[in-house]
Amino acid sequence: MSMKTTTGPYTMKSGCSCGAHESQMAHERACTVISNSAADDEKLYGRTVEQAVLRAIAPNPLQRRALLQGVGASTLASAIASFFPLAAATEAFAQAGKPEKTDLKVGFIPISCATPIIMAEPMGFYKKQGLNVDVVKTAGWAVIRDKTINKEYDAAHMLAAMPIAISLGLGSTPIPFAVPAIENVNGQAITLAMKHKDKRDPKDWKGFRLAIPFDYSMHNYLLRYYLAENGIDPDTDVQLRSVPPPEMVANLRADNIDGFLAPDNIAQRAVYDGVGFIHMLSKEIWDGHPCCSFSASRAFIAETPNSYAALLRAILEATAYASKAENRKEIAEAIAPANYLNAPVTVLEQVLTGTYADGLGGVKKDPARITFDPFPYESFAVWMMTQMKRWGQIKGDIDYAGVAKQIFLATDAAKAMKDAGLAPPASTSKSFVVMGKTFDPTKPDDYINSFAMKRG
Amino acid sequence: MASTAPLPLRAGVLSLLIFVIFALAWHMATRGGPAGPAMDPEYAKLMGATATQGKSAMPGPLEVGAKLIEHLRHPFYDRGPNDKGLGIQLAFSMLRVAAGYGLAVLVAIPLGFLIGMSPLMNKALDPFIQIMKPVSPLAWMPLALYTIKDSGLSAIFVIFICSLWPMLVNTAFGVSGVRKEWLNVARTLEVGPWRRAFTVILPAAAPTIFTGMRISIGIAWLVIVAAEMLVGGTGIGYFVWNEWNNLSITNVIIAILLIGVVGMLLDQLLARAARAVTFPE
Repeated sequence: MSMKTTTGPYTMKSGCSCGAHESQMAHERACTVISNSAADDEKLYGRTVEQAVLRAIAPNPLQRRALLQGVGASTLASAIASFFPLAAATEAFAQAGKPEKTDLKVGFIPISCATPIIMAEPMGFYKKQGLNVDVVKTAGWAVIRDKTINKEYDAAHMLAAMPIAISLGLGSTPIPFAVPAIENVNGQAITLAMKHKDKRDPKDWKGFRLAIPFDYSMHNYLLRYYLAENGIDPDTDVQLRSVPPPEMVANLRADNIDGFLAPDNIAQRAVYDGVGFIHMLSKEIWDGHPCCSFSASRAFIAETPNSYAALLRAILEATAYASKAENRKEIAEAIAPANYLNAPVTVLEQVLTGTYADGLGGVKKDPARITFDPFPYESFAVWMMTQMKRWGQIKGDIDYAGVAKQIFLATDAAKAMKDAGLAPPASTSKSFVVMGKTFDPTKPDDYINSFAMKRG
Repeated sequence: MASTAPLPLRAGVLSLLIFVIFALAWHMATRGGPAGPAMDPEYAKLMGATATQGKSAMPGPLEVGAKLIEHLRHPFYDRGPNDKGLGIQLAFSMLRVAAGYGLAVLVAIPLGFLIGMSPLMNKALDPFIQIMKPVSPLAWMPLALYTIKDSGLSAIFVIFICSLWPMLVNTAFGVSGVRKEWLNVARTLEVGPWRRAFTVILPAAAPTIFTGMRISIGIAWLVIVAAEMLVGGTGIGYFVWNEWNNLSITNVIIAILLIGVVGMLLDQLLARAARAVTFPE
């Protein structure tokens, strides 16, 4: 790809922090509307995205209305689009430029989903890209969100649904975030307290207090899906509590909760300590579901495109390394120390190799218990939004495909994977099966309507 | 005869006895039950000691003692941003407390003086103080994170806000309670307002002010642990949280012990300072 001399991130103009715009204001506007390619812009301004962008420009609703009435929605949208003709991010992949900033901070939550982000430090993947990265352990999802928004972290490990929620302004003010790569696929489990070892049918779970890591998480949506398919209303028949993963085992032991749908190594840790058993792996609900993501704000991507590109290359290479079964034992040892996960190696090995104790006296083998595939399929985001809508987190209409494309940077990932010598999938979207039901990402509303149990 | 021994000695012996009884009871209680039913060895290999050997989840005093010695032997190791020695963690916590508490002193004492000397200001500011005083400092945390946009500064802010009120209220109380005779004497001698504040009111109110400062440092030290558990990163509170994640009760107990020791030292420091400014009437 040729470098644009007027808008490329390398031609420094005074005025804004990335040097590509006339002023800081123009820059900030542009940051909210970077898209994957100019040709796609038209399609991208679906209602929701348009509103998010507008909100960024005119925070006052009265002003916004006046602006819309004054120039008309489509004119305004194309005017905004012209601020940033080509994505700085996409361009950055073309030339492996020198990172603008080499000392980076990346936040993580101590669970095995963060494996690629964490292992890239002790195993030298960041260094190989010329980066000096501090991976910083963080106490909970809300804190990791706030620290990333506050720019204390340059990028972070987040639940796959969080960047969607942040970008749409669910549970926080809307700030454009992106998912350049998925961390892990599968790797969650429903764990119940030992006293429930005879209650294996979810229909008997009425009155249970179940923990999930966060409201905007695949864990929440998968557990709700599973309960609803079994006739249990997740809002009225059981109590779902948001508990940071590392605190779940302590709560299960204290009999504060009856079980949880948690990321690993938490599920296995409960077994290891004899307080719970694994009811089922999340892959039995949807084999190949995304779990956690590597996320960054649009501002970081636009302001330091080379650092972002280098970081993404490191993550992609680490993910590719982690996806190979023969490397898993070595990885378990690398991420177990107190500086990283602070967990027993035996537990991590069981999670990563898929040969695990189920807590009921049996040893099970499932090499796909957790796998690592970085590709952020747009249809993953669409599915999550259908569940957000289904359970009332999103109200009103939403342009599923447009929002998904803005946040899940599948096109960028494909390019970066190619640059790193990896083979990206042919399509940026794919269909999949959740509990026997096929999901068609082109018909999200039909999908929601097909469920008997839903809100609103 | 024991009754003729000096009181401190007798108290010391009793303290030691209480400790020994407590440690013995602790040891007996955590010896662990019988091993669970026999397990398939392949399965047992994948399980922790709690599940296989019936080991108590609660560590015994010997275990804690051994770990404590290990920690004290290397208090300042640094194995990356998330794993530092206890000495470093305590230093981080004390620095945060010093910063937040120092700022609170700078604000509370002049403001307390103003409130104490002016009945008008006293009445005007009273409703604000009364409403703010009982708010749990941690309730400020989300607000601080959102507005200050820096978790380190937010923790300091939380310390500031929690140490402010006791000092403010005590300073105002001490200043307004200065004996009228002394003020009258100062007036008769035509002492200027600044001189009166520093040579009459300040020494008279100092013991009350220091009592407020002593209450504040205690609260600040209580709150820093909770604040660091919330924002993470560094500090003794983060250490507790990190070890809780790992379900390492041994390390949590050690942290509790150290938090107690440091808290006591801080309190003693201010108690000593308070004694230095107290005067016989």
